[in-house]
Amino acid sequence: MIQPKSMVRWLAMSLIASVAAVSAAPASAQSTLDTVKKRGKILCGVSPVAPGFSYADDKGVRRGFDVDICRAVSAAVFADPDKVEYVPLNTNVRFQAVQSGEVDILSRQNTWSFTRDASLGLDFGPVVFYDGQGLMAPSKLNVKSASELADAAICLLPGTTTLQNLEDFFRPKNIKYESVVFENSDEWRNAFFNGRCDAITTDRSDLASVRAIANDPSQYVVLPETISKEPLAPTIRQNDPNWRDILNWSVYTLIGAEEKGVTQANVDEFLKSEDPEVQRMLGVNGDFGKMLGLDNKWGYNIIKSVGNYGEVFDRNLGPKTRLGLTRGPNELWTKGGLLYAPPFR
Amino acid sequence: MRADAMSGTRLLYNLRFRAILYQVIAVAGIVLLGLYLFSNVSQKLAEQNIATGFGYLSREAGFVISQTLIDYKPTDTYGRAILAGIVNTVWVSAWSVVLATILGLVVGIARLSRNPLLAFLAFLYVEALRNVPLLLYLFLWYALIVTSLPSVREAWEILPHVFLSNSGLTVPSLVWTSAHTTVLLALVFGGILGVIFHRRATAERIRTGNVRALWPWIVLAVLLPPVLALLLVQPDFAVDLPEKGRFRLTGGAQLRPEFTALLVGLALSASAGIAEIVRSGILSVRKGQWEAARALGLRDGLTMRLVVLPQALRVIIPPLTSSYLSLFKNSSLAIAIGYPDLVMVSNTTMNQTGQAIEGIAIFMLVYLGLSITISVFMNWYNSRVALKER
Repeated sequence: MIQPKSMVRWLAMSLIASVAAVSAAPASAQSTLDTVKKRGKILCGVSPVAPGFSYADDKGVRRGFDVDICRAVSAAVFADPDKVEYVPLNTNVRFQAVQSGEVDILSRQNTWSFTRDASLGLDFGPVVFYDGQGLMAPSKLNVKSASELADAAICLLPGTTTLQNLEDFFRPKNIKYESVVFENSDEWRNAFFNGRCDAITTDRSDLASVRAIANDPSQYVVLPETISKEPLAPTIRQNDPNWRDILNWSVYTLIGAEEKGVTQANVDEFLKSEDPEVQRMLGVNGDFGKMLGLDNKWGYNIIKSVGNYGEVFDRNLGPKTRLGLTRGPNELWTKGGLLYAPPFR
Repeated sequence: MRADAMSGTRLLYNLRFRAILYQVIAVAGIVLLGLYLFSNVSQKLAEQNIATGFGYLSREAGFVISQTLIDYKPTDTYGRAILAGIVNTVWVSAWSVVLATILGLVVGIARLSRNPLLAFLAFLYVEALRNVPLLLYLFLWYALIVTSLPSVREAWEILPHVFLSNSGLTVPSLVWTSAHTTVLLALVFGGILGVIFHRRATAERIRTGNVRALWPWIVLAVLLPPVLALLLVQPDFAVDLPEKGRFRLTGGAQLRPEFTALLVGLALSASAGIAEIVRSGILSVRKGQWEAARALGLRDGLTMRLVVLPQALRVIIPPLTSSYLSLFKNSSLAIAIGYPDLVMVSNTTMNQTGQAIEGIAIFMLVYLGLSITISVFMNWYNSRVALKER
């Protein structure tokens, strides 16, 4: 039996210990770059399973568009794209994981929105994918437009902007519908494939993933309406301007390199390029890497290891992949799209 | 007792005083730690620019919840959305408790049956349900409903205007108004009056031995309030018939597959546990009680109902309470199969507002509050059926 005296001592000690532990932990706010360098790898939050964006291939290696964004940052910081540990996060815990420092970057299909930016202690990097919410229905229902979906049941995933966008779209039209919300995306897809719902809704890029998984993709048709703007952007904690710059300019390097025609294959030749902006981008000239606290060759390292934006897109999402997406708004500004990198000067 | 017994040093050696002192210190320590953690969290959240507080509960939710018992529109507040979630949680848990108790009692008794086939079947039932995680069963029941039943467009009309499809069972319903609620309340009131009359009559009979013809009074007590209410408010008995629309059946009342799968899943898995509790309770009643009851000429069914079960209840109630509690907490698995319970609504809210700490706090408070309510009720019932030593 524990003696009363020792019990008091034990209680007092543990109390002091726990208070000390709690106050010590968050006291020192170290810069993310220092933390990452000390750790030797970047912690990157990604979607658990999203074909094209983040999935494990048959060898168990994580691949996809969102994954490549983290690999680019890793190449910038470590001159090695593979110093990344991937943390699969569902929609419910993703922002808490960034807030609490569980991940250094959240590279997931998450929408940049006002409230998230202003009230969650988060900062957003550049938009890496311009998406919009769409609806998909079985072709045998003969639905031509989302406005015909009165009284239909619609399958949704929780915890995204999806639910509110749908309501915002239908409410002014005075259309009633039934929502069936699933936590688990497998159940959500299956409920739709089994006819529990007449339509399914999510971002158009994600609809393409769902359709790609269907037994017969031709039996499903994506409806023409895009009912929302979904600018998907990587997310980091607020109040670390240096880390934010690193993320921003890693993404801009991907975009800028495509604009200049620099690819994974020809980047070595471009080191001899006469174009002063290319020289600064690839670290031949200027101290751009040093300004970020990185090696001057950071831009070269990114392109050498992951390629430019266009290559990343084509490899993961493009017409030759299972998803078969076209560039659409995700085309360079010079070709009528929305992608635009500020000048490297 | 000597005069100096209460002086400071002596007091410290007083066992009773020390026991209380330690408890006070422990509680104070925990409270202090809690306060410290709370202030620390608030400070860090403020530093990180993360919004805090429960103010968001009064903002417009802007999302649809398709199966609610209370009135809820997307233009209502987050607070009301969460309330709708709580009501859904309680609704499905309450029905599951009722179903699980009835099933558990039947299966528990069947396990002790002298018919080997029946006993074996009950044994299989219990083992199959107790040894597989509930979540898998939920997926199974849901998949069975959604894949084995036809789609709404090919819904089976099993009776006129009664449709069965993978969107659930749709039946004609009464167009409910406040007048109907009044009549229903009057009916309940009449029922209570009837019970009171009946009890008094029985007490009177036991006391005096006179059998007075009280039944007309009882019938009157039961019928008068609802009949009066009917005449007073004159409700309109309009029927809402389900009809096939382009996508869904519109109108009528619907038993949806998400609710049904959850209800069946929770009730069946809990009933297996309850069956074992019932079996142990019955086995705890000595054989002599059976023999004595038989000697009095009671048949087996009556012996079970009047002699054995009342005594077994003493053993049954405490573990039954924990079964109910875990059933209620397991209802949070609803989110896996799309039933909008508290967890689902809160998750959506947390994601739209980003206020996770508050959301989790609401969760914990609600589950804690409801769990304690169940415990308190069951403890009260337990003390009622406990063996009264005279």
